[in-house]
Amino acid sequence: MIAAAGRRVGAGLLVLWVAATAAYVALLAAPGDTVDSIIGDGPDSPLIRSQIIAEWGLDRPVILQYVDFLWRAVQGDLGRSYLLQRPVTEVIGAQLWPSLKLALAAAGVGIVLAVVLAVTTRRRWARRISSVSELIVVSTPPFLIGIVLLSVFSFHFGLFPVSGDRDLSALVLPALTMGLPIAGTLAQVLRDGLDRALDEPFAVTARARGLRENAVLVRHALRHALLPAVALLGWSFGVLIGGTVIIESVFGRPGLGQVAVSAVSSGDMPVVMAVVVFSAAGFVLVNTVADLAFLLIDPRLRRS
Amino acid sequence: MTVALTRPFTGRLGSTSRSRPRTGVAVAVAFLLLALAAAAVPGLFAGDPLAADPLRVLEAPSAAHWFGTDQLGRDVFDRVVHGARHSLSIGVAATGISVGAGLLLGLLAGLTHRYADEALSRGFDALSAFPLVLLALLFIAVAGVGTTSLIVAIGLAMMPHYARVVRAQTFVVRRAAYVTHAVAFGGSRIRLVLRHVLPNVLGPVPVLAMIGLGESIMIAAGLSFLGLGPQPPSPEWGAMISEGRGYLHVAWWASILPGAVVTAVVIALTVTGRRLQRRFEGREAA
Amino acid sequence: MIEVENLRVVFRLPKRQVEAVRGVSFRIEPGECVALVGESGSGKSVTARSLAGLAGPGAQVSADRFTVDGRDMRGATGRDWRRLRGRFAGLILQDALVSLDPLRTVGAEIGEVLRTHGIGERRDRDARVRQLLTDVHVPEPERRARQYPHQLSGGLRQRALIASALAGGPRLLIADEPTTALDATVQAQILTLLAERRAAGETLLLISHDLAVVSRLADRILVMKDGRIVESGTTGVLLSAAGHPYTKELIAAANGRRRPARTEPGPVVAEATALRKVYGDRTVVRDVGVSIRRGEIVGLVGESGSGKTTLAQLLFGLTDPTSGHVRFEGEPFSGIPERARRPIRRRLQFIAQDPLSAFDPRWTVRRIVGEALGRGESAEPVLARVGLGPEVLDRYPRQLSGGQRQRVAVARAIAPRPSLIICDEPVSALDVSVQAQVLDLLAGIRETDGTALLFISHDLGVIRDIADRVLVLQDGRVVEQGPVKAVFDHAGHEYTRTLLAAVPKLEVRT
Repeated sequence: MIAAAGRRVGAGLLVLWVAATAAYVALLAAPGDTVDSIIGDGPDSPLIRSQIIAEWGLDRPVILQYVDFLWRAVQGDLGRSYLLQRPVTEVIGAQLWPSLKLALAAAGVGIVLAVVLAVTTRRRWARRISSVSELIVVSTPPFLIGIVLLSVFSFHFGLFPVSGDRDLSALVLPALTMGLPIAGTLAQVLRDGLDRALDEPFAVTARARGLRENAVLVRHALRHALLPAVALLGWSFGVLIGGTVIIESVFGRPGLGQVAVSAVSSGDMPVVMAVVVFSAAGFVLVNTVADLAFLLIDPRLRRS
Repeated sequence: MTVALTRPFTGRLGSTSRSRPRTGVAVAVAFLLLALAAAAVPGLFAGDPLAADPLRVLEAPSAAHWFGTDQLGRDVFDRVVHGARHSLSIGVAATGISVGAGLLLGLLAGLTHRYADEALSRGFDALSAFPLVLLALLFIAVAGVGTTSLIVAIGLAMMPHYARVVRAQTFVVRRAAYVTHAVAFGGSRIRLVLRHVLPNVLGPVPVLAMIGLGESIMIAAGLSFLGLGPQPPSPEWGAMISEGRGYLHVAWWASILPGAVVTAVVIALTVTGRRLQRRFEGREAA
Repeated sequence: MIEVENLRVVFRLPKRQVEAVRGVSFRIEPGECVALVGESGSGKSVTARSLAGLAGPGAQVSADRFTVDGRDMRGATGRDWRRLRGRFAGLILQDALVSLDPLRTVGAEIGEVLRTHGIGERRDRDARVRQLLTDVHVPEPERRARQYPHQLSGGLRQRALIASALAGGPRLLIADEPTTALDATVQAQILTLLAERRAAGETLLLISHDLAVVSRLADRILVMKDGRIVESGTTGVLLSAAGHPYTKELIAAANGRRRPARTEPGPVVAEATALRKVYGDRTVVRDVGVSIRRGEIVGLVGESGSGKTTLAQLLFGLTDPTSGHVRFEGEPFSGIPERARRPIRRRLQFIAQDPLSAFDPRWTVRRIVGEALGRGESAEPVLARVGLGPEVLDRYPRQLSGGQRQRVAVARAIAPRPSLIICDEPVSALDVSVQAQVLDLLAGIRETDGTALLFISHDLGVIRDIADRVLVLQDGRVVEQGPVKAVFDHAGHEYTRTLLAAVPKLEVRT
């Protein structure tokens, strides 16, 4: 048990290290001169340039800069934004909550919708209709779902604000936009899992005890169906992070996605790196949660 | 007299309801062929995608303009048809890169030394830790904005998926009883790999690639929606959706109809791919 | 208690209809033990399950008369059936590892019946579950109730499954192949338990492919084939004076038939000395020595986990022994690189229990057998030797029946004219009548080709029918060996005697 936990932590750290290194390599490979990026539109003179080089330690060997970067990253310092001249942790910290709020709401929408759909649409026609809608939702680019929702609910009916993050009503459409593709995929996986579980001998035994079909479904089959769904947690996290990047732009919301896109287009590499490292950390965290959930659901995986 | 008993329990009807009607697949295939034709010779189906008519700006869909016109008075349908070439070739090229690289690395991990496998697998893990879109963003940040870097970015971002599937499949096949059994005929290791392992590993890859192509197209549309792909006035689908977005309150068609085409292509790919997948598995499982 | 007339069950599948049961009539009286016997696809399970309204998804059930517990169940609703399930009839399926929900504790599974039917007070249910476990002789019921199915041994698991079927106090127990997945000694224990329930007044409907298993318990036997009852009668009469040829065939298969060697064994083909295999801290094979001579069939018998399969892998050269060595045709065969084994590989062949996984799914029979043949040789003569016509040549393994597949496996094994074939449970997955055919085939090949066979099985009956000598394996050690007759008639070792006592025999009671 301890060895397994140790391995998991080790693997997580490894992923973080690779992510940080990849980000650093990207920084080195990025086009343009670092000094230019830092100066941006500000005053430019040889003196300022040499000051910048001294201040950022740009004259030292690359490997030393890399080790220094890692060392500071371990201490929670991911550097300073070239453009905003503030520590990136601060820049990201300020935008974390709006994104997190959106991601959590979307995950909630996705999971609840998926379970409800998979469990309630067992009959032939309901099932077919639900499967087809899932296929459509999964095959639609998320930003398009956002645009359609916007044009129907905001422009046509005027029910929800078009953009911004003022109150809860502004969260509804973005959360739905991100939650729907997750719900679509999860519902498919859950339905397959339910089908498979209901074909198992233990389902026959359960029915032979006089259980209602619904009780067999909820008390027995659902737990089995959750296992493959839990395996998708890591994937859903990717969808959520990737989703924030695009959805925040569609709905004009502040958040990490906006920070990432503007950092990419303006070459503010420390911010890009920080976003990458942050999301890798999130991924590791989510996968650890998934592993724990597996243990919780399936006793066969627990080693006594 | 024989009296029918009610069906004693109303569980699901076996796998009956899982098989979708064939008509759906037929429509999907026909649509894909049309899309391919449009990508090959767009001129056959539509007029000039760049011809602007300032007198017919943001007109609703009509017999003359099936998909309406955009803010510059360009025919949206013409642009969508011409966009097929851009969008499909980006998707196909990206999928080609990811499948090719994934296949190579996956086989390398699955067939060579344990340490090579360990190193490669950790690499795949780390790469999969990045959300697809973010990985593509990172690459574009380094390589700059443009169609080529968009293709490579998506190809790279999707590579680990294929590599992992291929690696896992390689392990399954290598451990399969029929491969162990082939030892009995004294063939060399290379012979074993060529005769049994490779064909059984490669079998499902084309179908996976087909379903993956849909995803590539969606991500490409997403990134070019953010302005990280082909630049205007190029009639790429994602870019069109993005351009039309500003006029959503007056002309939903300029943005949503090109989007609907993207969805239709992805659905058609998925439906066809799943059908092939089922047939492929059917040969082994039924 | 149960009266069924002209029962028909049709499954509607997407492309075709399958008539699983075609007009079956029978009665079950209270306190009786009735057995439904038949091979796979005979419709026995579907018939039994339809008595609980559980014929299966997509099943259409019809009957002229269908009375369960005095009630006409034609046109019964789901609720009517649910009231019967668990309370009137309890169902026991084959393998408790999958028949009990693997994600729930044994106690929860047993208690579910009580909860569903609202039997007893909530606070008393734990005690009731413990009592039920005690009734089926599960030691430490308190601890076991908190465990999951995978934490229990096969025998305990099956007992727990029976406890869950008993929980609602049903008057009828439907046991569908209740001992098939178990080792012989455990099988005997479970049968004793079922006999106990019967003695306690329970009505028992037993479904099995194995006449011998059933003959110990049943008052009456119904023999099913292709969805019909071909013969029925009290156990004694049916077994001693079977009328239908199919029943006779089943009886013959259950009795077994010796296939003795007609020629003397030749020189030693393969021999292993002091073999030992250690995985981690587990010693799987301990100091096993065995030699096999030309034209000889050596049986290797043992229960699951006794090290049979590892021993087979050692002899086949799939893995190297930790110590000791294997010689094949006089040359060292273990401890050498695979490259050195390759030239003689074809002289040593292997037949597995599940031929399906042993065939490349993309290959046709022609190609599968062709791989074993020399250049320019045709597959047809070899297939003819195993009784298969040229029509199977272009089929895929999936398209063959179980018996046909095993014949293809035999064809592939004999094609390179090996001197030794290692057979790992080659007939265990087959119906008894097909088993007999494959055994005949293997015995015939020994006779004509002089091939030696190492025949591994958990089934002592099969070993008795085909082997000349037998080795009994327990915990990786050979505890007894000798000629089959000597070992079977005068077993020296305690373990062998237990194994032999557990083998179900046709018992003709009068």
